[in-house]
Amino acid sequence: MTRLFVPKDAAALAVGANRVAAKLAAEAQARGVAVEIVRTGSRGMFFLEPLVEVETAEGRIGYGPVSPAQIASLFDANFLIGGAHPLRIGKPEDHPFMAGQTRLTFARCGITDPLSLADYEAHEGWRGLKRAIEIGAEAVVAEVMKSGLRGRGGAGFPTGIKWKTVADTAADRKYVVCNADEGDSGTFADRMVMEGDPFLLIEGMAICGIGVGATKGYVYCRSEYPHAGKTFAEAIEIARAAGYLGPNILGSGHAFELEIRMGAGAYVCGEETSLLDSLEGKRGIVRAKPPLPAHKGLFGKPTVVNNVLSLAAAPTILARGAEFYANFGFGRSRGTMPIQIAGNVRYSGLYETAFGLTLGDIVDVIGGGTRTARPVRAVQCGGPLGAYFPRSLFDTPYDYEAFAAKDGLIGHGGIVVFDDTVDMAKMARFAMEFCAIESCGKCTPCRIGSVRGMEVIDRVLAGIKPAENMALLEDLCNTMKFGSLCALGGFAPYPVMSAVRHFGEDFVPRTLAAAE
Amino acid sequence: MPKASPWNEEQAREIIAEHAGLEGPMLPILHALQEEFGCITPAAVAIIAESLNLSRAEVHGVMTFYHDFHSEPRGRHLLQLCRGESCQSMNSEALAARVLAKLGVEWHGTTKDGEVTVEPAYCLGLCAVSPAALFDGEPLARLDEAKIGEALEEASS
Repeated sequence: MTRLFVPKDAAALAVGANRVAAKLAAEAQARGVAVEIVRTGSRGMFFLEPLVEVETAEGRIGYGPVSPAQIASLFDANFLIGGAHPLRIGKPEDHPFMAGQTRLTFARCGITDPLSLADYEAHEGWRGLKRAIEIGAEAVVAEVMKSGLRGRGGAGFPTGIKWKTVADTAADRKYVVCNADEGDSGTFADRMVMEGDPFLLIEGMAICGIGVGATKGYVYCRSEYPHAGKTFAEAIEIARAAGYLGPNILGSGHAFELEIRMGAGAYVCGEETSLLDSLEGKRGIVRAKPPLPAHKGLFGKPTVVNNVLSLAAAPTILARGAEFYANFGFGRSRGTMPIQIAGNVRYSGLYETAFGLTLGDIVDVIGGGTRTARPVRAVQCGGPLGAYFPRSLFDTPYDYEAFAAKDGLIGHGGIVVFDDTVDMAKMARFAMEFCAIESCGKCTPCRIGSVRGMEVIDRVLAGIKPAENMALLEDLCNTMKFGSLCALGGFAPYPVMSAVRHFGEDFVPRTLAAAE
Repeated sequence: MPKASPWNEEQAREIIAEHAGLEGPMLPILHALQEEFGCITPAAVAIIAESLNLSRAEVHGVMTFYHDFHSEPRGRHLLQLCRGESCQSMNSEALAARVLAKLGVEWHGTTKDGEVTVEPAYCLGLCAVSPAALFDGEPLARLDEAKIGEALEEASS
């Protein structure tokens, strides 16, 4: 029986993976060929989705992007033994998009059945957890500290220090909270982990629980990710039944329970303190810090709040050692970053690599320029609160400090490419609009400033005292940047001011521009 | 999309009781009630408040904070069109304008026949295949008007 692999990642489903799987099964049956269709996560080469892989004597051979109408021709071309076909891409791991990657976090994604414990074990799963149990809490935290891992959610705070703080805080109960409220446009790595390799996140959270002495974990998943929520909930049940979660994980004496909670459409709940309030059942309002969540977090107890990718890096660090992980990277940015290349780009997808590539390499070489085949004009890095980079900054290395030096941020690793038809004044206005829609309302600079920001940009574009209003916009951005309680109001000025600085020619009165 | 059940206080109390043992049960309760009854009516708010020993104002405050919860029933189908920057880079705003005009609704609006409600979404994590949408929770991407039309037609047939 030939094994076929078809992703069930939401982005693959969105472009017809279920229809392809159904048609493959029907066509095989009609031809009297025995096939087993395994549903996997995605390799992350979304420009090739739906990507169908066939297990052959030489390894797995990929065909994509496949439409149901092409399936008969695939069978005609003997694709079940890797036959030649215009859609044949060869071995997926040899594809130019994959060959240059360093896959640590995403080593299994797209290869294994996400809910098969046997697959997970066969691909080095649970090795990190077993070593964590073996070396004990203190050594686990020390290992993560030594790895140089920094929070992959956006702020880049050293993960080890966070864990150590929680470990050192005495309490009757501690929590591990996974921030899976991946709201940044241009990002989908957390979703891919939860849908494509959920046991990895479970393992990472259990390791964290052992390290800091927490017995309960929550994953806060955004409601825009119904498939991720469903797959992850199933994975929790499977892991619990097999003893990887529960009162005595793997007979170690450590207890760790895990629960998934769905958010309800509030972007601000990706901010850690508002996420905690939301988990507690309150409005997702940002808390003032201090106290830090590491001291007083969920229900007032010491809590690690980490992004999916930070927790998902822990199994690799534990299994292979801190030095192995720290050997990848650039400057103070250690390890690998799953870069998510999105928007108007030819080769869209997830590219996991050590820090240090230039932005230009990522966009022009790996991404292959725009999907519309027009020139790249702007690239937004780090989500809706990240700066827009012009071509002139394409030599910036992909690294936390280098981006900060250019008034930008890496954030959660999203990169959104725009072609030369983009109206940057409109994008700047949208950043303010988004901030106004999603503001939790606690602090004035964010709540009011974002609305005023839209109005000021509207006045500029209407030709009402444009010079004065541009000055006012800058002043307003400074107020938001320095006066907001959290990153929503504090970072919304980044896309706005970067648009003004690098694409000032777009901020001209529209009536005048039309008259010229 | 499963049809919402008519309001039934006894059933609502059962749903609340099922979740009452959780730590921070509010959001799970709101999600479960909305899934069953299609919306969170003031009657539901009152019994949540009673069950969790909170004021109605507190429950109302939580419910209205989140974009997902609403107090009025909506269309039989829900179309969530992504407005994130990634989708905008692939002209989602123009596409959304055409879809809204064709359906004769504004954002958050429901068509006159009660068939479809259109909501904006701020990223669906389908950014590598923009523009994207969720239709009754199922993802659609590399969208154009024809694909949205097909999905709507399929659902109403």
